[in-house]
Amino acid sequence: MSIVQQVLEGNRYALSRVLTQIENDTTEGREALAALFPYTGKAHLIGVTGAPGTGKSSLVNRLAYFYRHPPEGEPKTVAIVAVDPSSPFTGGAILGDRIRMRDLTGDRGVFIRSMASRGALGGLARATAGVVQALDAAGFEVIFIETVGAGQAEVDIARLAHTTLVVEAPGLGDDVQAIKAGILEIADILVVNKADRPGAISTERALIEMLKLAHPSREMVSHHGQMMKVEIPAGGENDSEEWVPPVIKTVATENKGIDELAAAIAKHREFLQKTGEWEARDRLRLSTEVEDLLGETLLRRWQKNMPERKYREVLEQVFARRLAPAEAVESLLSSAQGS
Amino acid sequence: MSERRIRVLIAKPGLDGHDRGAKVVARALRDAGMEVIYTGLRQTPEMIAEAALQEDVDVVGLSILSGAHMALVPRVIELLRQNGQDHVKVFVGGIIPDEDVPALKEMGVLEVYGPGTLTSDIVADIRKAVLGEDDQSG
Repeated sequence: MSIVQQVLEGNRYALSRVLTQIENDTTEGREALAALFPYTGKAHLIGVTGAPGTGKSSLVNRLAYFYRHPPEGEPKTVAIVAVDPSSPFTGGAILGDRIRMRDLTGDRGVFIRSMASRGALGGLARATAGVVQALDAAGFEVIFIETVGAGQAEVDIARLAHTTLVVEAPGLGDDVQAIKAGILEIADILVVNKADRPGAISTERALIEMLKLAHPSREMVSHHGQMMKVEIPAGGENDSEEWVPPVIKTVATENKGIDELAAAIAKHREFLQKTGEWEARDRLRLSTEVEDLLGETLLRRWQKNMPERKYREVLEQVFARRLAPAEAVESLLSSAQGS
Repeated sequence: MSERRIRVLIAKPGLDGHDRGAKVVARALRDAGMEVIYTGLRQTPEMIAEAALQEDVDVVGLSILSGAHMALVPRVIELLRQNGQDHVKVFVGGIIPDEDVPALKEMGVLEVYGPGTLTSDIVADIRKAVLGEDDQSG
């Protein structure tokens, strides 16, 4: 039986080995991914991002446990891809997200895979999309993708996931941080974790203020500590199709707020499916993937045809300030065509 | 570009809470360019074998200072074999009496590291065991 067949039949070790091949971008991995691809597209991909130490792993642990032991309905199978940074100097990495995911061990409905970012800068590893596809094909219904502890610009996750959670914790920044471009803009759901800490209310308020600026047609008011959404009749056409990211307070270590968070995720999924956004995101994800791969492949192919000596020469001219980088590229491209 | 990294699981089975050694080794392996999955304290052999399977590691390093190595180590090795991971190299570190070392090696442990071991020796041993090559720098 082929390894792909074994993956489709639920062999966990076969899956694990395929993930390694995909991660190492081997021929075997690429072939497996091609064979598995027709079986993808079913899982709900949930991205979890946020600054280091905001509690992403603990939240994923609790959410996954919630899906495995739902208060009502059937449990869902869960896969988790947790990305941690590689050292830019040695390429080594410490992958420690499993430490917070102990509640899930011994459950065959859960599969956790740690990945090192291997030099990629967007918060994910280059192979994360492929790894997620393999898990999707293997039949996991919910797939969490936890990014490296992200700052402001690691927004690749929004392109990969259906639903993106941005996790904040009290005391990380003021209200100007909240209106900067970047990570907060990609949130489908904002989570204020460690909400038992001082400053949780002001973090929540800053996020809500930010949302007000982004979605002026709705007013969020804080009323005796309860957040209420007030619909303001809008003059334009039907804007009820707009998704306003909810702000959910959690204390992952104490399992507080997890059911509200799961409810918000379910609601977002419904919204995506109702509005056709689910498919739109799928298309965007796949077209980005094709584009990225095309870029990589073209570069590799071009490098193969480029004499190393010529490349060095042009670089030397850049070092000597005789050619600007853009001119260097022009020169390299025209000489590669000629050869 | 295909890229292969040695993947190592560093685990602490059993009940002692001393993880300094495990962390020092994890850090040294990271600095040697390996990807180290660190699972934290108080792991059961079942948890360790499951993590080794999901992470498809090349090496499992067990840190034990509780004296329970003669019970924990064979169990981990047995579970790895059951899961089809016969090729995974197992190393043990911690406080292990000399007289137990031959028995552990008999079970399939490649090396046992006590206090005073140079981390560079561990790195060299792992490279040799996984890649089959001698490390010049070690």
